[in-house]
Amino acid sequence: MSIQDTIKNEVTSNDVVLFMKGTPQFPMCGFSGQVVQILDYIGVPYKGVNVLEDEAIRQGIKDYANWPTIPQLYVKGEFIGGCDIVREMFQSGELQSHLAANGIPVKQGAGA
Amino acid sequence: MSVRDVMAVKLREALAPTELEVIDESDRHIGHGGWREGGETHFSVKVVSPAFIGKSRVERHRMVNAILAEELAGRVHALAVNAKAPGE
Repeated sequence: MSIQDTIKNEVTSNDVVLFMKGTPQFPMCGFSGQVVQILDYIGVPYKGVNVLEDEAIRQGIKDYANWPTIPQLYVKGEFIGGCDIVREMFQSGELQSHLAANGIPVKQGAGA
Repeated sequence: MSVRDVMAVKLREALAPTELEVIDESDRHIGHGGWREGGETHFSVKVVSPAFIGKSRVERHRMVNAILAEELAGRVHALAVNAKAPGE
C-alpha cells in the first residue's frame, strides 16, 4: 500500500483522526497540544497519529491535504484544518455542530 | 530584508490587504521544536483582504500558504494565520 493509500485508509476507517506531533497524552508541540485540548474538552473520541514516529507519514500527510503544517484534523475522511481553523471553529461552535451533523457524539453543553 | 518584511511584501502584492500584520513570535517559542538562534522561525499573520470573500477557511489558509511557500519550505517552522474578508 502506498503512503497515500495508508493515510486515506486511516482517515476513512476512523471518524475523527488527528495527525499530530507526539501523542494525545504527550503532545510534543504547542499547536498539536491545543487541538488535543479542544478535542478532549468537547469529549469527542479520536485517533491520534504521531507523525514524529514515521517520516513517510510526516511528509505524506502534507501532500495528502496539500497543507504544509501539522497538526491536521480529519472528520469522516474530510480535512477540517490545522490549529487555527480548529480553534476558530471550536470558539464559534461550528466544530461541535459539524461533528454532531456527522453523527459523532460530543459532550452536551461543551460550548466555547 | 528580514524574513518578516519579505513575507509582508509578498502578502501585500498578492492579496492587496486592507489590513496586514506579520508578527515574529519566535521569542515565545525559544527552545521549542523548529526554533533557531536569531529567531524568524515562528510567525503569526493577520490579514484582511477582499480576496477572501466567498472562500472557506481552508481555502484562505491555502492561499496564504501558497504565497509563502518558499518561506515555509525554508526557515519558517510555524505560521499562525488569521484570514478575514473585510467586514467579518
